[in-house]
This record gives sequence, C-alpha cells and structure tokens, in this order.
Amino acid sequence: MTMLKEGRPTRPVAVAHEGRPTTTGNKALMLEEALIFEIGSHDTTGVDIAPAPEVKSRLGGLERRKALALPGLSEPETVRHYTRLSRQNYGIDLGFFPLGSCTMKHNPRLNEKVARMPGFADIHPLAPVATVQGALGVIHELAEWLKTLTGMAAVAMSPKAGAHGELCGLLAIRAALEARGDARSVVLVPESAHGTNPATAAFCGYAVEDIPATPEGRVDLAALEARLGPDVAAVMITNPNTCGLFERDLKKIADAVHGIGGFVYCDGANFNAIVGRVRPGDLGVDAMHINLHKTFSTPHGGGGPGSGPVVFSAALAPFAPLPFVEKTDDGYVLVEEETAGEHHAGSFGRMVAFHGQMGMFTRALTYIMSHGSDGLRQVSGDAVLNANYILRSLEGALDAPFAGSGPCMHEALFSDKGMAEGFTTLDIAKGLIDEGFHPMTVYFPLVVHGAMLVEPTETESKAALDQFITAFRSVAERAKVGDEALKGAPYFAPRRRLDETLAARKPVLVWTEPAAAVAEAAE
Amino acid sequence: MRYLPLTDADRSEMLNVIGVSSIDDLFVDVPAEARLTAKIADLPDHASELSVERHMGKLARQNMVAGDVPFFLGAGAYRHHVPASVDHLIQRGEFLTAYTPYQPEIAQGTLQVLFEFQTQVARLFGCDVANASMYDGSTACWEAIGMARRITKRGKALLSSGLHPHYVSVAKTMAKFTGDQLVYDTPTAEAAADIETLIAGIDRDTSCVVVQYPDILGRIADLSALADKVHEVGALLVAVVTEPVALGAITPPGDMGADIVVGEGQSIGVGLQFGGPYLGLFACKQKYVRQMPGRLCGETVDAEGKRGFVLTLSTREQHIRREKATSNICTNSGLCALAFSIHMTLLGEKGLTDLAALNHGRAVQAAEALEQVPGVTVVNDSFFNEFTVTLNKDAREVARTLADCGILGGVSLGRLFPEAADLANGLIVGVTETTTEEDIDALCAALKEILA
Repeated sequence: MTMLKEGRPTRPVAVAHEGRPTTTGNKALMLEEALIFEIGSHDTTGVDIAPAPEVKSRLGGLERRKALALPGLSEPETVRHYTRLSRQNYGIDLGFFPLGSCTMKHNPRLNEKVARMPGFADIHPLAPVATVQGALGVIHELAEWLKTLTGMAAVAMSPKAGAHGELCGLLAIRAALEARGDARSVVLVPESAHGTNPATAAFCGYAVEDIPATPEGRVDLAALEARLGPDVAAVMITNPNTCGLFERDLKKIADAVHGIGGFVYCDGANFNAIVGRVRPGDLGVDAMHINLHKTFSTPHGGGGPGSGPVVFSAALAPFAPLPFVEKTDDGYVLVEEETAGEHHAGSFGRMVAFHGQMGMFTRALTYIMSHGSDGLRQVSGDAVLNANYILRSLEGALDAPFAGSGPCMHEALFSDKGMAEGFTTLDIAKGLIDEGFHPMTVYFPLVVHGAMLVEPTETESKAALDQFITAFRSVAERAKVGDEALKGAPYFAPRRRLDETLAARKPVLVWTEPAAAVAEAAE
Repeated sequence: MRYLPLTDADRSEMLNVIGVSSIDDLFVDVPAEARLTAKIADLPDHASELSVERHMGKLARQNMVAGDVPFFLGAGAYRHHVPASVDHLIQRGEFLTAYTPYQPEIAQGTLQVLFEFQTQVARLFGCDVANASMYDGSTACWEAIGMARRITKRGKALLSSGLHPHYVSVAKTMAKFTGDQLVYDTPTAEAAADIETLIAGIDRDTSCVVVQYPDILGRIADLSALADKVHEVGALLVAVVTEPVALGAITPPGDMGADIVVGEGQSIGVGLQFGGPYLGLFACKQKYVRQMPGRLCGETVDAEGKRGFVLTLSTREQHIRREKATSNICTNSGLCALAFSIHMTLLGEKGLTDLAALNHGRAVQAAEALEQVPGVTVVNDSFFNEFTVTLNKDAREVARTLADCGILGGVSLGRLFPEAADLANGLIVGVTETTTEEDIDALCAALKEILA
C-alpha cells in the first residue's frame, strides 16, 4: 500500500463489505434516530423563557398537579433529531415522485418566502378589517384568477383541502335543492372515483350509487342516463378521470343531469392537466374544488396542509358558504355572520373557524402570477406531454389497459397483467425504491387490477423521465421473469418492508415507557 | 419559464416518440367547443421572481403586522413566539416536499414525527391516543360530535355557551345535513362558565356535551362533575381546547373525565397566518380508537425486525371504506403537526410550564391594569391568558378606534355574536409572552381616552 510519510494511505483498497454491521447500527450518512421520549428529559428545554411576574394566580383552583411527561431537548439536539429524521424521507426536492393523482410538482421557494412576509404570516384572523386590506386583497385576487381559469361564477375560498371542498360543493347542492323544496336522496359516483367522493356524499346524508365505466375507461354515458331520475341530487365526476383520461362526454352528462334537475360536481384534483386549456364552466359543471396543493404547487408537507377552494356556477353561487371577500368602493369587505346581509341569506353557513388557508393562498397566487396565462397553458401542456411520453415509452414493457383509448392526460395507467406467478404491483413499487425513485400510486384506481398510476408533472426534465423509464422497464422485466430477489425489495431504504398487519392487529399509537424501565423507576 | 425544464428540442423529440405533431394534438379528447386554442386573453402573462415579489410585498405592507403594534387578539388564534429552528426545520425539503407517507420504507421521517406528535398530544390532553391531525379546531370539534353520535347511536349534542361561536357555526352547518340536534345558547357575560346549565340539560337522548376549556370568554371550569353526569346517562364528554399552552398551567381535560379532547394546535409552532393553515388536534380514550376520524400512525417492525412506523387502522378511512368511512378527510395538516411537535420538543414539560406561567402572569398584570381604567370591568373570576371585559360603549367601535391609534386591542363580542345585543360592549383581551408591560400601558392609556 502506498503511504505518505505520516502513515496516511493515498489510495483505497478494495475490500468486500457485504452485510458488515456497525456498532451503532448507523451506516455512514444513514443515521438511526431514537424517539424524543427515549432521548429527551422532562427538565430539559431548548427555549429560554423570561421569568413570570409575581402575581396572584387566577386559574380558578385548577392548577395542574400531575406531570405531563413531555420530554424536552436543547436546540442543538432538536435540530439534529429532526434533521436526521428528515433524511429518512423522500421528497420532490430529492428526486422523481410520480405519485398518480397527487401531482408532486416542484414547490417554488419564492412561494415560501412570500408566505413568510410578516404582513401575511403575522396577522390575526379577527383583526379589524381595515387593518388587513392587503390580506383580503390576496384572497380577492386569487379568487378572480380561479374564476377566470375555470369559467365559473363564484368561488368559496374557505375549504381546507380537497375532501373539504367536496363537502362544500355537496352542501351547496343540497342547500340549492332544499331551497326549491326538492330534497333528493342519491348521489352517483363512478367506480373509478377517489374514495373521498363516496365518503363525502355519505357524510352529507346521501345514498351513494356506482356508475360503471366503459371498457375504454370512461363513464358509461348510457348506463348513467338510464339511472338518472328525480331522486338523483348530483353526479360526482373526476375530470380528467383517475384513469388519466378526459371525460369526452362530460357536457352531455351535464346536460342530462341538468335535464332531471340535478347538479354536476366535478372533482378537480386533476385540474392541473387542463388549466389554461379547458374551462370546466364550459362543460356544464356546477361545482368543482381546486386543490391548491396540487395544481398550484403549494407544498404537500408530508400530508398537508392542503387548500380546496370551490368554484360554483351561477345556479349554486347564492348558496356559497361564509365567509367571503367582496370588493367595494371603500376597499375590501369580509362578509361573515356580522356583515352578511339579506342578500346572502341563501348561504349554507360556515365550514371553518376562520377564512381558509391564507398561507396557501399567498403561495398559490405567487405561483399563478409567476406563470401567468401563457405559462399555465404551458404547464398543462408539458404535464400531458410528459405523461404521454411515459405511456408510449413503457406500453411495450407493461400492460397499459387504456393506451388504445387515445392520448392520456397528465397521468399514465398500467396494470400488473403479465407478471410472473406471485409477483405483484407492490414488488415493482419496492423495486423502484431501490432504484432511487418514489413509486407511482399503486392499487388505485380500483377499476384496474394491480393498478400503477404514474403522474410525472411538468417540472421533470426529459433526462429524469428517461432515467425513470429505463429503471421502470428493468424492474418490470424482473417481475415478469420472476426474479425472487425483487420480493425482498427495498434493500437500500432506511427500512425493509414493514409489517402493516401487525400494526393493525395490535395498534401501538403512542409511546409508552418500556415495562422494565417503569419497574426500575418504581424501585 | 423558470419552473419548466423541457426545452423546445425536448418537446419535439418527445412528440416524435408519441407520434403526434403538437402538444395541442394530445387534447383531442376535449370536445372542440370547449377546447381553448390560445391562452386565456384577459389574464396577465408570466412574471419574473422580482416583479411577483414586489407585487406581493405591496399587498403584505397593507396589513397591520401583529408584531409591530401592541397586540391583544385571541379568541381561537394566539400570537406566541416560535423559535427560529422550528421554521428552519419544517422547510427541509424532505419534510416540506414529501407526500402523505404511503410508502413507509422511504417516509420513516414523517412517520416517526407523527408517532411522536400523537404521543405528545395524547399526553398534553390527558388522553390515551391521538390521531395524526385534522384541518383545524373547528372541524375537529364537529368530527368529535359525529364520533359521539356513532358511539352512542344518539343524535342530540349539548354545546356549551362558552364554545367558540365559529365552532358552533361549523357544527350547525353540518348538523343541517346530518340531522343531529344541537342545543346551544349564546353566552352571558358572567364570571362563571355554564357548567350547571349543561348538567341540567343532560338526558338519555344526549350523545355528548361539548365544552370549551378555557372557554370563549376565557373562563376556566372544573369539568369533573359534568363528566360524572354525562357518563351517568351513557353520553360522552367532548372537551375543546383552543389554547393548548394553557395546559402547561391547568389540569388537562382528560384527567377530569373527558372522553374526547379536540383542539386548535396553532398556538404551538404555527403562526397566526390570518387563520390558516392551522392544526386540528384530536385525542380520545383507547376504547374509542376504531371510531376515530383521520389518519393514525402506528409502530411495527420491518422484515429484519427493526422498529418502524406505518399508517394504520386505515379500514376506518375513505380510501378503503369509501362511503362507510368514519370521515371523508384525506389530506390533513401534516406540516403544521411537524411544527407543533418540534416546538413542543424544544419546550418540553419544563418550557411549557414556564411559558404557561409567563402567559398567565402577564395576563393577570393586564387584567389588574385594565381594572383601574374607568369604564372597564373585568368579567372573569378565572382565566388563563385571555379574559373578557365589558366597556361603557360598543366594543366593536372601540376596537376599530384602537386600531386607528395603532393598537390591536382585543376581539369584540359584537363581531363574534352579532345577534346578541347584550354582549355588544364585551371585548376579549388576549395576553401572551409576546405582550410587554409597555403594550399593556399603551392599551390602558388609549382606553382611558376613548372611554372617557
């Protein structure tokens, strides 16, 4: 071995390393991290707090007498704990995240900077309206963009996420029906719908009935028309649908539904595919939620917060929930319980404590203004181009059940047909993890066996798509030829496959002191 | 366009692979009459980072920033100091740009955080278990009422007059459609909360009693007797906490017999943000866990026996159970839960206790100072960090006049209860560790003039 005179080697030596354990369980940059309850202590704090003034307590005799057993960490320990945990996560910042129906596009950092401006981040929802004119201005400007982009008459900004928006839409529909003394009982939902659709309809007190799909993956218009009748309050349709296809007959569906006095709710989760190219208002839609955390790039944050404004047709606009912003000659007015006059008597009420997800509004408006009318049209175009590129590049390697139905929209759907006996969609997903990708959505939509739904979004480069296509092909090939090793994947993630059955059978939802430690402390 | 990586050369190469000549050809399934052939004309084109920042900055500067003025607003949203490391950590891309942890092998970071969060919330509320978050306090409150209906198979909920009126409005909106019967009256400006009235109203049709702690007027009531009475008839006690910092100082509702404790977690780790995004907290007794709404994270092991975490009990949820789910919630408040959990970890029990003591001490100082102002009467016997005062004039006007003087002096009861004329002179004054003695002096001096 070549060495410098102080004994330091100058070249590496090749030594086999397979499975070599470490003392700590760490593997270089892959660091294990214990729970705060195992490393923190109840008398440690990472915040210096000024001493409380000496006063006579006015807590009504309810002073807390028991410990809460909440551990604390110093600031350096805290930063390290969460930094280490963060490194066990996959995010868009790290790589390709083609989770179908979830629209994992790049989250511009200007949005974050704007949302943190003190004028937006540090204002109270109940501050006098004259002191928050700029905030109301943001809500109003975003509302105007959303109405224009969708060709709809009104928008309710307060829903907190997509499913909450669905609730808002159905409540408006129900209020409109009840206002004309026509309570109805049924909501029709396609089999391919997101689970939130039937759950929402049931939550609003409706019976839910399935609408079948055609063999080419769209709503069966004839079957739908046959079911329509005076008991149908609404039809909930996702467009583009969850098979990644545009519902060509939506206008005909809307006309038929309106013909029997019902309403059309559109699940707008996939609006990113058509923004700037199609206005749902032109297709006869009465209500549609827009996931600002999908189409308009507000970050998903590991499961929220989202934001789900709902646009309404003129027929439903009078029933929109409180509060909302109106522009007058004297500035912006916040219409809420105190100020709602008789001309808002139809409003079905309030859905949330305050005015919705302001932090998401600032981000979404920033994103929308950055792209503008021309850029948003390019966004949907590139998203659809990327998805079709993936569909055509992979249709030979994987079964693509609806590839013959024409171009896909923003996502490409594959099935598990052709895998070797015992190999599943899950194996492919876990194989892709080892290749450095976040897997696509699996086992959804339910209308396709072993579904794999790939949504690339417009913020991926061609090089990123090509790398994914190559990897996907090779993993699919391993599943086809029955490579047993694939069933053990992932090998290189922070954890191997996790036992979900055990977790559900004996739920451990909070940390408890190990019995041994409790016994020891008692001695 | 700075966010779009494809070049024109890429696009034409990809169109070749697909076998079409333009992107527009990919939209053939859109009926021609609905297909826009050019960009929407009456909207502006794309803009540089600089110009967007300038526009948004201008709007931001039209708002009165809480931190720039003497500030006394509360009533469901509280201004606390959030340590700098919280905002730094939640902006790590691995947290910020991750999705709901559907692939647990590469989402252990989010999942471990949720497990820690659930444990923190359960302990703070004095409950056995907590979920991975709801949208906000008001929606969590409604979900608790729905959960009580499922458990008791009864549809009458008694809402305390001390429950935040916006939470009441949300519940009323939903009840119109679910058929639940809600019993509620607006509060009166009295020293004590309405526990006796609630106890008197309980009967065998009652599914739950919903009581806020501390309540909307800031009053703190012992819930033990109420819990006993509720349990006597087989109903549930739902406690609502809009200011979790209070639990650093006062007994958690779970320890007084509450079956479900929900709350607004905004005041720990999440800023005011004009009302959202906030953080719904939801905890309950172990025996009700399968009726809970929302996501739950649970401990398990991986194929090598190493501890790991997964989303679990998902057979309650919409993506599995569809119309039979316990709730339609999907996306919740993940990143706000992270912020809450980091802030709570920094505080620890010691920090939370000290913070609560400081909040209460400062609030008592403010109450004592305001009691000296002619025309001001403090309503509360007990309070934590906010209390109600009655003034000798309409408090809505006073709040607006104070704002004109550069003081955000409190939330008027007239804004919260527009229909209750007898509350028009009431003002809720919130005081936290961010309030200085100078702020209190400024408020008292201004009120002296306005009320004279």
